[in-house]
This record gives sequence, C-alpha cells and structure tokens, in this order.
Amino acid sequence: MVKTFEGYRRANGRVGVRNHVAVVPTSVAASSVARGVADEAGAWAKATPHQMGTTQPDATREQTARVLAGIGRNPNVGAALVVELGTEDIDAESLADRIAETGKAVETLSIRETGGTRAALARGREIVAGLNDEAREARREGADASELIFAAECGGSDATSGIAANPAVGNACDRLVADGGTASFSETPEFIGAEHILAERCADDDVRERLLERVADREGMADMMGVDLRGAQPTPGNQEGGLTTIEEKSLGAIAKGGTTPIEGFAEFAEELPVGGGLVPMDTPGYDVESVVGKVAAGAQVVAFTTGRGSTTGNPIAPVIKVTGNPKTWDRMANNMDVNASTVIDGESIESVGERVYETLLAVAGGERTEAERRGLEEFAVNEVQPQELRGASAGAGAGR
Amino acid sequence: MKGVVLDDVALLMAESDTVATAIDDLDDGRRIAGEGRDLSLSEDVPFGHKIALVAHDPGDEVRKYGEVIGRATDPIAPGEWVHTHNCESTRGRGDLAAAGEEVAE
Repeated sequence: MVKTFEGYRRANGRVGVRNHVAVVPTSVAASSVARGVADEAGAWAKATPHQMGTTQPDATREQTARVLAGIGRNPNVGAALVVELGTEDIDAESLADRIAETGKAVETLSIRETGGTRAALARGREIVAGLNDEAREARREGADASELIFAAECGGSDATSGIAANPAVGNACDRLVADGGTASFSETPEFIGAEHILAERCADDDVRERLLERVADREGMADMMGVDLRGAQPTPGNQEGGLTTIEEKSLGAIAKGGTTPIEGFAEFAEELPVGGGLVPMDTPGYDVESVVGKVAAGAQVVAFTTGRGSTTGNPIAPVIKVTGNPKTWDRMANNMDVNASTVIDGESIESVGERVYETLLAVAGGERTEAERRGLEEFAVNEVQPQELRGASAGAGAGR
Repeated sequence: MKGVVLDDVALLMAESDTVATAIDDLDDGRRIAGEGRDLSLSEDVPFGHKIALVAHDPGDEVRKYGEVIGRATDPIAPGEWVHTHNCESTRGRGDLAAAGEEVAE
C-alpha cells in the first residue's frame, strides 16, 4: 500500500509540507529588509536573503531569477512577498507573476518607492500579516507519498558517508520511487569517477549524453584553469575523514540517490516533475547552493547526510540530517535526526533506509527536524561563474 | 551493511577490492585474519581510513567498492595505511594537463 501524509494542497495541485510566507529579495540590496520583515513577523515568515547584486550578466541573472521564482513557487510556500530596492535588473513584478502562476497570494514591495528602509520595514510587516491571514486558510489534508519530491544531499562527508548514511538515504529514495514519487540528488563534481555507473542507469541516450557532458564540463574546468581538484576535492575535512580521492568520494556520494533508473537530468533549479522517479540535477558541490537548487525545483523535503557533522538547514524545506558516524551522532545529537551509524554495528541498509523513509513521511506530515528546531536556515544562490559563461557562449556550459 | 567485515574491524566492500576500510581506530601491529586473509598492520590506521590488502606497485590501481578510486604513487605493502601520501586521483588533473602530461583514463 502506498504511504500517505497530511499536507497543504495548493491551487495548482501540488502539496506543501509546510505553510510558510516567503519573503524573497531580488538582490543583496533588498536582503536586509527581507530578513528584517521576516524576523519581526514570526516563525511562519521565512526570508531568503542572498548575495546577488542588482546587475548581473544575462546567464547569471536568468539563473538567479529562476531560483528565486522557484523558491516562491515551492508548495511549502503558502504566500510570498517579493522585495526589491528598485534598481535591480530582476523585476519584482515579473518575479511575482511567475510565483502567482501557482495560484498563491503574492505581493511586491519596493524600498525606494515606499520611502526607504524604515518605511519598507513597516509596510512589509503589514503586507506579510495580510498574506499570513490568507495562507492560514489552508488546512492539512491527506496526500500520497507519490506527491513528494525528495532531495538527497551530502556535506561534510567522511568514509562512513559511502558505507552507511548515503546507502541508507538511497534506500529511502528507492522506497519513494517505488511508491510513485520523485527523488533527486546532485553535486555534479561528485559524479567524477562514478559517472560510468550513473550512465549505465540512465533511462535513455539523451539523459546519458547530457549527464556525461556536464561531468566532463566540471572536470574540464580544472583542466582549463591548469589546476587539479586534489586540494579541494576531496576537501581537507573529507581527507581527515579517510577519503583519499574524488573517485572514492563520488562512488560513496552517488549511493544517496539509490539504485533506480535515472529518468532525467535537471538543470540547476529547473522544476522537477511530480511522480518522476529518480531525476538528478546539475549543481555545484557547495551544499547550501545545491540544496537551494533542488528546493527551488520544488523539493518539499531534503535528506542531508553528513559524516563529520554539517549543521546546514534551509528556510523553505525541512532538512533531515542523517549521519553514519557514531561519534557525530553522540556529539551532535541536537543537529542529527537519523542515526545510520548502526550500519557499522550490523543493522542492514534496508532497515536504516526504512527509518529514513518513515522520518521523511513524519516530517512531511509536520514533525519538525532538528535544523528547524534550531532555526538553521542557510540560503545562497549559485552564481554562474565567468568560466561557465565562456563555456555557455561556446554552447557547452552549465548556464542557461 | 554492504560488504564483508574482516575480523570485526575492517570493511571489505567488494571481493575485487585492494583496500579495506577500518571501522575502528586500529593500532600498529593489529592482526586482521579471516575470510581467507591474514595480515598485520604496519602502522596505526584511524577509523574510516584504508588498509592495503595486497601489494601495490607505483601506478597500480587502488580499488574500493569494486571500482578504481586512484593509483598508487609508491610501493604499498599489505597492512599499510593507504591515503593521499601513497595514492592519488587520476581525475580532474588540470595540473597534469597544464604540464603536458597525459591524464590517465
């Protein structure tokens, strides 16, 4: 029997697991006001402050706008306020329109037009209070697991990640896919050395070619710059945890996606399909940006594996922390949700995977994660880099 | 857990692997016997780090998960710790490309 949970069904049919009012700044210049409005409003308001400037090259701006629109469109968001200084290339009104396509209430606020920071904070508070009144009309109702988009992420990896936590999360992905849902994992640099395994699992040649092309692009960036990945991948922390090469890290990292066929390969923050099976995404290895990319694509819940003890959360999607390292479980229990280190003592991957899946459903139904309890809400927009822009102009880059 | 545990302290992910992963902090001299293997550690190997199960010559493939994770840069005897001091990646090596060397596939 397919598993169920209670969620917020939105006007477009998608189901949210939270009912936030998102406060989305279009640039760094509006980020302080967005944060100020959300902080004063209460825990139901979630700001997504970021570092992107008011003017960006085309490919960079398009990606930023796609991320911000995706955050507002995520079904965990019941209503949204878009905040601008008023000089940004990204137009607040068109961003609000992209969010409003989902049928939710959206407002905009211009700091310049309202009369500066103080007036904007006051006006912002009024607006989000009104939006919250509208969002509160939503009630949790029955939904199928097949309506979930589950994102798998890893950060602060060590040797236990590939042995315990990643295969356990992968098993939970397999269970969700079997129940008709969507799972996604990403961090393309961490496919290097394991791409032949992923390629064999691709559902068709088109997906296979795009995946291999993007892995080659990421590896090619190291070639282009005349440097090698060894200082950065695996990171010094990964190395201390026992990971020697990027191949070893990648072979462990891909386990978090499970074992089902790869049905597609999404661009960064490209909307993920409901009921789509396993669909990885092209993202950088930086975990905060990689999580944001998948949440902007519609993922409602994230599982984040960590051996060494990452504390990363997200403002819009609950982040379930899974560790395979017994010391991290002991020392950082207030940041960890699932103990996968039991694998080392003999618990089967299937058994831990079932616990991860049950946690996913409980969190989808409203149970708070440790990151939510601690108010950990990291947010960053991935900036398309100059070397990627050059690649894009040659028709082979990651930007679009 | 996937793989086979050797003598309660080392995890062999696949039969063709040339290294096993320590699942405890292991001391120099620790004997690891069983599953048709018998070796002694020639140095301390911390939790999560790798132990050579077979002799490697420089350039030999190092295998874990049944896959190649890199190549030996020095001779490695069974029972030695395998890490960045004696094993290197063959991927993402822009330094080699810049030096005009062929990057191994």
